[in-house]
Amino acid sequence: MGMTLTEKILARHAGLTAVEPGQIINAKVDLVLANELSAAVAIAAFRNMKGASRVFDHSKIALVEDHFVPAKDAQSAKLAKLMKDFAAEQQIEHFFDVGRGGIEHVVLPEEGLVAPGELIVGGDSHTCTYGAFGSFATGMGSTDIAAAFALGEVWLKVPCSIKLVYNGKLGEMVYAKDVMLKTVQTLGIDGATYRAIEYHGTTVDNLSITGRITMANMAIEAGAKNGIFHADEKTLAYVRERTDREFVVERADGDAKYERVIEIDVDALEPQVACPHLPDNVHSISEVTREDIPVDQVFIGSCTNGYIEDLRVVAKILRGKRIASNLRVIVNPGSQKVWMQAADEGILSVLAGAGCAVNTPGCGACFGGHMGTLGDGERCISTTNRNYVGRMGSPKAEVYLASPATCAASALAGRITDPRSLALVAA
Amino acid sequence: MVAKTLRGHAHKYGKNVDTDVIIPGKYCSIVDPAELGTHAMEGIDPEFSKKVERGDLIVADRNFGCGSSREVAPIALKGAGVSGVIAASFARIFYRNALNIGLPIFESSEAADDIATGDEIQVEPDSGTIRNISKDKEYKAAAFPPFMQSLIDAGGLQAYVEKRLAEKA
Repeated sequence: MGMTLTEKILARHAGLTAVEPGQIINAKVDLVLANELSAAVAIAAFRNMKGASRVFDHSKIALVEDHFVPAKDAQSAKLAKLMKDFAAEQQIEHFFDVGRGGIEHVVLPEEGLVAPGELIVGGDSHTCTYGAFGSFATGMGSTDIAAAFALGEVWLKVPCSIKLVYNGKLGEMVYAKDVMLKTVQTLGIDGATYRAIEYHGTTVDNLSITGRITMANMAIEAGAKNGIFHADEKTLAYVRERTDREFVVERADGDAKYERVIEIDVDALEPQVACPHLPDNVHSISEVTREDIPVDQVFIGSCTNGYIEDLRVVAKILRGKRIASNLRVIVNPGSQKVWMQAADEGILSVLAGAGCAVNTPGCGACFGGHMGTLGDGERCISTTNRNYVGRMGSPKAEVYLASPATCAASALAGRITDPRSLALVAA
Repeated sequence: MVAKTLRGHAHKYGKNVDTDVIIPGKYCSIVDPAELGTHAMEGIDPEFSKKVERGDLIVADRNFGCGSSREVAPIALKGAGVSGVIAASFARIFYRNALNIGLPIFESSEAADDIATGDEIQVEPDSGTIRNISKDKEYKAAAFPPFMQSLIDAGGLQAYVEKRLAEKA
């Protein structure tokens, strides 16, 4: 019987010719990731494991400082130092300090640490981002990450797969983020729990790598174990530019078995907005803007939409204009490389000139850590991935999720705004 | 291994209780379980850490623990004195994390529906029997999949890793 893309990758990493959904396997990992928060707990667990003194392979672990960077207080500085010391002790090759990295999921692909057909586990739920490159990638907690540090393998239950087929052409000011918000709404917040999502169709074939990253990143918002695309020429060009490591490009078999096949037509898709307080509480922009919804903050960044392509969209909309006087705009470029590219292209000046505060790369306000947390009664529209109660600070604040274009348009108008209403659409 | 009986009062919540409300992001740099416990459930129930008594159980509808992979979420509940969580279903990463850090979890839609805040609950982890003493009713939790059960029986992931390392040595 044929296998899905996820099953193929899992079978090869478990040393088996075939696997089927529900099967428990021990799979070898190509890369294990942690950030300073998940690493702190993982390192403590690793120290407690009798017989674990060295990590399985110091070249296959990536440690990235990104959640509370630069350190917001003595306690977060302590966690960062703990990870840095561990990296030195274990001679971890891929350690990224503040100023040399950025958000883990933006950094790893940039550094050529992700390639098709690979198996990656990370101590962060958005590790599923790397499915954009045709790899199996899933988030885990710290004890599982400690086990992977020690063994170089993880136990996994082979998930069944949901095939999503997207057809049609995206309209003006409609982006991968809108497609994915629609997808999360379609599947529901736990609609893909314990399952793999496999993305297909002409719409996603035409997406850029960044667009695919945005979509794979939010697979977890439907509860999925992983979200995966087939690698194509665009993927190979991106990856080969960054690594000469060998990798295996897998394809789902023609007779692979899917739990469900869902067709999504994007021709008529409008910009989408996830309203408080769940990522699947998604509505079309024309429905949302029937009400006047002023905002106090616009946040641009995160592992979902903190890429150079996203900043270009925002800069194009804000160029030569000023943001509305009733709000603030906070921008966190996804990585140091994104920041430098944005500087080279003059994007940072455009944003600053429009009145945006540009932060150093990192997760920032996305998870309510620091650099833009919300107060009681405040409302934010954000390019991030989650809007649970208290996600960005006060439990009495509200977060709306949307594309960089919708967020930029809202920044100009001071309220949630349809980016298609901007005059520049024509240009 | 015989797991000890859990007994305490129920604190009931709805569906999709996510890790951001179980332990808000701003506290994720805390590592001490007891200190984490003082902020447990703060996002939806700011008084939780004052109300909860050692041994109490959390009862919730489906998709408990969705969102972030933060292992401090189950650690915070344990640190607050919660002896176990009963839910209609659990999000995948939370499920693994809870078992890995030794927070007992039980899947039962019937119990999740029927139990109310304040009910006195007793759970026998080995048999998955949940007793509602206040209502004089009994529910059965879904059995763990065989692999999970063998992992639990072996003493959890840490013991499993130690065994694998010894085999490799």
